[in-house]
Amino acid sequence: MYGGGFIPDDIDKKVPVDQEDPVRLEEFQARIDAGEKIEPHDWMPHEYRRQLIRLIEQHAHSEIIGALPEGTWITRAPGFRRKLSLLAKVQDEVGHAQLLYNAAETLGKPREAMINDLLSGKSKYSNVFNYPAKTWADTAVIAWLIDAAAIVNQTTNAKGSYGPYCRALDRICQEESFHLFYGYESVVTLATGTEQQRAMVQEALTRWWKPIMHFHGPPDTSSVHGNQLERWKVKMASNDAMRQTFLNMYVPKIWELGLTVPDPDLKKNEETGQWEFGDPDWDEFWEVIKGNGPCNHERLQVRRKAEEDGRWVREALMARSGKQVLPLS
Amino acid sequence: MNTSALENYILKTADDLLVLGHRHSEWTAFGPVIEEDIAFCSMAQDKVGQAQALYNVLHTTFGYDHPDTLAFLREEGKYTCAQLVELPNGGYDTSLMRHFLFDHAERVRLASLVSCPFEPLANLAKKFKGEVEYHVLHANTWIDQLGNGTEVSKARMQTALDELAPYALGLFEAIEGEQELVEQGVVVSEQDLQAQWQAAIDPILEKAGLAAPDWSSITPVVGGRKGYHSEYLAPLVKEMSEVLVIDTEVEW
Repeated sequence: MYGGGFIPDDIDKKVPVDQEDPVRLEEFQARIDAGEKIEPHDWMPHEYRRQLIRLIEQHAHSEIIGALPEGTWITRAPGFRRKLSLLAKVQDEVGHAQLLYNAAETLGKPREAMINDLLSGKSKYSNVFNYPAKTWADTAVIAWLIDAAAIVNQTTNAKGSYGPYCRALDRICQEESFHLFYGYESVVTLATGTEQQRAMVQEALTRWWKPIMHFHGPPDTSSVHGNQLERWKVKMASNDAMRQTFLNMYVPKIWELGLTVPDPDLKKNEETGQWEFGDPDWDEFWEVIKGNGPCNHERLQVRRKAEEDGRWVREALMARSGKQVLPLS
Repeated sequence: MNTSALENYILKTADDLLVLGHRHSEWTAFGPVIEEDIAFCSMAQDKVGQAQALYNVLHTTFGYDHPDTLAFLREEGKYTCAQLVELPNGGYDTSLMRHFLFDHAERVRLASLVSCPFEPLANLAKKFKGEVEYHVLHANTWIDQLGNGTEVSKARMQTALDELAPYALGLFEAIEGEQELVEQGVVVSEQDLQAQWQAAIDPILEKAGLAAPDWSSITPVVGGRKGYHSEYLAPLVKEMSEVLVIDTEVEW
């Protein structure tokens, strides 16, 4: 779908914004302020390109790594209906990775380079996928609440300035909204089922609450990337704002099902309209980012193995490149 | 019509599809390129969906258990799939070659069932045919790519073919009562299907630079249709039922 963007000499090299041509920079900002989309062949500041690659690439990695915790339950899904739904959902997630790698490639970084950076640990992915899906109920909670949190993030970013990323996000959000229905319906089935099923889904929610609260990132005071990205419409809302939107939409639904959120301090302050909550253990968040979460090692090992095992296939494909082959059938 | 033979025919067809769909689904997020994760996952959905529809015919027409019970809560010895579909995925070479061998077999089988006088089966065959065309197209394209790729890919595909050939022939193991069904014009004999299958795949293998086996000299791995399975089916069945057995009486 996308192809051929300008390829800069060194994407990793940092060029401070104040070293850019001030006239072009101003024109660029004016286009963004006017609500125009930036396209691959347009001029853009080096730092805009670098930050976008970082953002889109990490999003792509999150999709492919995110397929792992749920993917392990495809073969165990209870019954045809759930099995077919979960298969389709996880396939969507892998498809999102494909879309996003394509979108990032328009900025000049090849898919291979992105995957290498994932495998070396240089490039990150969403922390939430470093936690295990211990039971079937975990997959239901993930499909409902993690996908819900992702939709909040993605619908916000879909209004950003970079055309290819916005278009990929529009499509992703449409698919994610189906996942949300699927996840919600699965959670409802368990929450309104037997005592055992109810206990399963409560335990899963308790397990996942902390990672869910971490999903939108650290409180904005400690975020490294700030205003510049918001002016360029690379980042469309603060972490805290997205977390508040999520809590507003989903805490009432969780309570409606009679489930308990494992945070006694969680409540809505009616005066400010803001949700207040206890410390979701940001120390743990940073530890997981550093690679010390329960599944970091396993997740990357799985990807490394898939990459290594598939090398001969990719080499065979490259050997044929240039020769156009018609399907035989 | 020999109903019990027809039921067995539908059951073995469904079991093949369910178990192969299970194996295909294991590729999700583990493929050599993302596009292949997606392709195998897509084929898994088709296969599992086809199996469900066939179990449903057994349920609604012949009074078998609900498709979920029938598919996921049987003892290993009651499955009548061929051993080919039970084998672990192995590498991409093995999985791809199995997919190629199986889908060509499914294609000729479906073509033969389109005119089956048992209408529910004929209708499903018509419906599945379109899906399997894509599976065959996918398999053919990749067999050509890898057979004509590098020395390594060619050697790997040849090894996979040689290893799987006896198992692939097991797809055509006749079920009890087949003769009667053939005489009544309900199904085409396995022997005929096998001949059509060989005629379809041999030229594709040759074009891909692979040596087609001398099929007549290979001893087929049989037994699957009678409930004799490889060591790999029991754990697979246990895995499929892991959540359902927590409570078989409830919705999940």
